[in-house]
Amino acid sequence: MEPVMTLQSLLPIAPEILLSVGAMAALMLGVFRSDGGVALCSGLSVALLVAATLLIWLLPGGTYLLFGDSFILDPFARLMKSLVAIGSLVSILLSIDYMRSGRMTRFEYPVLIVLSTTGMFVMVSANDLVTLYLGLELQSLAAYVLASIQRDSARATEAGLKYFVLGSLASGMLLYGASLIYGFTGTVNFHRIAEITAAGDPPLGLVFGLVFLLAGLAFKISAVPFHMWTPDVYEGAPTPVTAFFSAAPKVAAVALLVRVVMTGFPSIVLEWQQIIVFVSLASMILGAFAAIGQRNIKRLMAYSSIANVGYALVGLAAGTEAGVRGVIIYMAIYLVMTLGTFAFILSMRRGDTMVESIEDLSGLWKNNGLAAFILTVLFFSLAGIPPLAGFFAKFYVFLAAIEAGLYPLAVIGVLSSVVAAFYYLRIVKIMVFDEAGAPFEPMGGELRAVLGVSGFLMIFFVVFPAPLIAIAQRAALSLF
Amino acid sequence: MSGWPLLSVVTFLPLVGALFIFAIRGDDEISIRNARYVALWTTILTFILSLFIWFGFDYENPGFQFVEETEWLGDAISYRMGVDGISVLFVILSTFLMPFCILASWESVRIRVKEYMIAFLVLETMMIGVFTALDAVLFYLFFEAGLIPMFIIIGVWGGQRRVYASFKFFLYTLVGSLLMLLAIMAMYFTAGTTDIPTLLAYDFPVEMQYWLWLAFFASFAVKMPMWPVHTWLPDAHVEAPTAGSVILAGILLKMGGYGFLRFSLPMFPDASDYFAPLVFVLSVVAIIYTSLVALRQEDIKKLIAYSSVAHMGFVTMGIFTGTVQGVQGGIFQMISHGIVSGALFLCVGVVYDRMHTREIAAYGGLINRMPLYALAFLVFTMANVGLPGTSGFVGEFLTLIAAFQVNTWVAFFATFGVILSAGYALFLYRRVIFGALEKESLRSISDLNWREIAVLAPLVVLTILFGFWPMPILDVTGPAVTQLVDHYQAAIEGGASVAAAIK
Repeated sequence: MEPVMTLQSLLPIAPEILLSVGAMAALMLGVFRSDGGVALCSGLSVALLVAATLLIWLLPGGTYLLFGDSFILDPFARLMKSLVAIGSLVSILLSIDYMRSGRMTRFEYPVLIVLSTTGMFVMVSANDLVTLYLGLELQSLAAYVLASIQRDSARATEAGLKYFVLGSLASGMLLYGASLIYGFTGTVNFHRIAEITAAGDPPLGLVFGLVFLLAGLAFKISAVPFHMWTPDVYEGAPTPVTAFFSAAPKVAAVALLVRVVMTGFPSIVLEWQQIIVFVSLASMILGAFAAIGQRNIKRLMAYSSIANVGYALVGLAAGTEAGVRGVIIYMAIYLVMTLGTFAFILSMRRGDTMVESIEDLSGLWKNNGLAAFILTVLFFSLAGIPPLAGFFAKFYVFLAAIEAGLYPLAVIGVLSSVVAAFYYLRIVKIMVFDEAGAPFEPMGGELRAVLGVSGFLMIFFVVFPAPLIAIAQRAALSLF
Repeated sequence: MSGWPLLSVVTFLPLVGALFIFAIRGDDEISIRNARYVALWTTILTFILSLFIWFGFDYENPGFQFVEETEWLGDAISYRMGVDGISVLFVILSTFLMPFCILASWESVRIRVKEYMIAFLVLETMMIGVFTALDAVLFYLFFEAGLIPMFIIIGVWGGQRRVYASFKFFLYTLVGSLLMLLAIMAMYFTAGTTDIPTLLAYDFPVEMQYWLWLAFFASFAVKMPMWPVHTWLPDAHVEAPTAGSVILAGILLKMGGYGFLRFSLPMFPDASDYFAPLVFVLSVVAIIYTSLVALRQEDIKKLIAYSSVAHMGFVTMGIFTGTVQGVQGGIFQMISHGIVSGALFLCVGVVYDRMHTREIAAYGGLINRMPLYALAFLVFTMANVGLPGTSGFVGEFLTLIAAFQVNTWVAFFATFGVILSAGYALFLYRRVIFGALEKESLRSISDLNWREIAVLAPLVVLTILFGFWPMPILDVTGPAVTQLVDHYQAAIEGGASVAAAIK
């Protein structure tokens, strides 16, 4: 293990350092200001995230290893960290209106998001099992607090507690798996694990450990059968928090999962592929069918996110470079879609109360035609109908699955997407076909901006798809 | 015509019109009128531009013309456009029918006029794109994107059960086309490209062809629609507004037939040959069964919808005979049906706008008050029956000749369809037009106005013109069809000799 010689050599981890120091500064600022300093903390957090994103791209391209190969910065990490940062940043923006109306005036919210983002950065860059666990726990602990940040609300505290208990269980499983893997290979480093597993038949204990590891990670990405917490937490947590949960942590956890299996266990693809295939299928099917009966839009989005993770895993199941590229494209487009949708959900307010029922959307075209149009675009995109961006997301993961010969997975996947299309269509029907209900309060500026930008990206991705595909390709290449 | 991307201009011009309408603000009379005129002029301009494709089209060349190519998704998936003798007429048909649709909606659509016009213009782009795309992924993109505007057209401006009909339409079509998408991906990995001309020349392994053929069949059979997956069509037709029905019958159904000609037959010849008996059986069942069903309909639109299914049965039968007459007849039947069934739905729209019912029983004796209407309706009914001298005859006759050569029994049973179609069409005509004018509500009904005459007259002329002089259509399609059939027959014989050699 080489010692850290200069400050210069710490540059690859500069974004994480900046975020953790900045978060502490913001925390103190909030504590010592008499008025709580919500606006100041939010502004500072956004600035921190922007600065961190810039820092990621500061170093010239290539792969950097730090701390005895336990931390890695490669094109894959750069891209996924940028996506994570965008997700966190937009989540803070989305909360401004919510905070201003006095429902949740807590400066801790942006600070916790920054802390959680630090954890996610570490997750994405984790190159051994210990760093993986560190990042995951930092991210999760901040998220548990976020879920119950509205501590006067019974629903929010219940959501937080549920999330915490089940999350700890998952972490336990993950740790157990990690220790088994360490025991049977004698190393925690992904690359060395790969070398050892490639050397001969993998010992049963290692496969056992891998199963536990994957189970723990499946919980974090809310994949079936470890999804039970998702609808309750999504529904119970304050809506800005839900928006955050559905975006950045998903991207980070999927990135982590991709890195673990692709760099740690590339030689035993068959062992983990069947697990991923099952999890992917189960998530797609359950996400599609369970969402049909939902009346609450946040619960519906929870099932939608479960299904979406299922689709992303289709790419991972392929276990190829094209598959990883598909996962990256999928997560990037999913991030934009889900943030846009939540921007609108956050504006569903009548008088002083937030409404969350799908029926409340009825006749939106009459009260706010443009928002109804963009939302229609977003839902068609979530359903994967061309020419919207959501189609290309699905296209690339299924392309990888077909290339890898996973025909049953692909066929069942597309069929379940038809079922999913049904409930997205139902929302479109309520918004566009039905008679108008009472109008919502006017949307805040940030919400309008986020909704508009995401709608724009969904429509015009078809015209300029090449940059994202090229960058995803480069990122995917760095894992092989 | 090098350097000027005529096909792209024709394809995307309607989108520009849609953007203009999108930019119109306000809901007053003037902005609504502006929206109507923008839509009308856009569709007319698109039609005129599309005629240049026809003028510039080289009849002797069986390959693709007006080819354009631009980088798109990287790799081997590019933006490629082009037309050949098979597709060029469908482009013209699409652009030709659109101004009539806009005119037919001039007064009958009163709510959300701007959105209506935008939906139709977007739909036009997607329809033209299906016929001009020369890349399988691009084709799929257009093929499926057309669902969104049509879903909204049926759902917003439709009749009583519009929600049910729009969902059924959307989900049925989606299931089929997603399987096709997987097949396109599999072809991409086998052939290394999604360029249609390359795929046409590519020799897929026979085993793989069967699966690919079935996946494509799932999509096109639903779109066509073939029995037994036709049930979305009557619902969609009945609930859609008049112009929506015209587009559905006139163009959307043709995408299925076009798909068979572009993908199934030339790319999977062995599988097409293998599955041809299945297609024949389904076609004959469709022809006879849906004709019988049509006889018992109480709703005018539903009757015409079932007759569409029967007519499309002739198309699939003709295409899968794999002979020049059959394919030519199939194409001709599709073009003719596009004009005739579109016109029939426009005719239904005329009386629906006045009486707001499509019940056959609510009409009767219209000839007393509407002689011009009765004349127009007569021409289209006769064309629907397939009377010699109308365009409907040529297609049915050609496909029946082809079927007779390939399988006499198929031709024998399919001919019943011609008889039955005379039954239901004349039965409909008698109940609506003839008889005494007894219904009180019909006493003040007025004949066609200038706008309706302007819409129906060109269609009457074309129906009779193509009946007597089908060469304008057959000349265009001839070389391309001959090449397709030669390729198909050669591939089958090649496959048969290989099989014989193995034995």
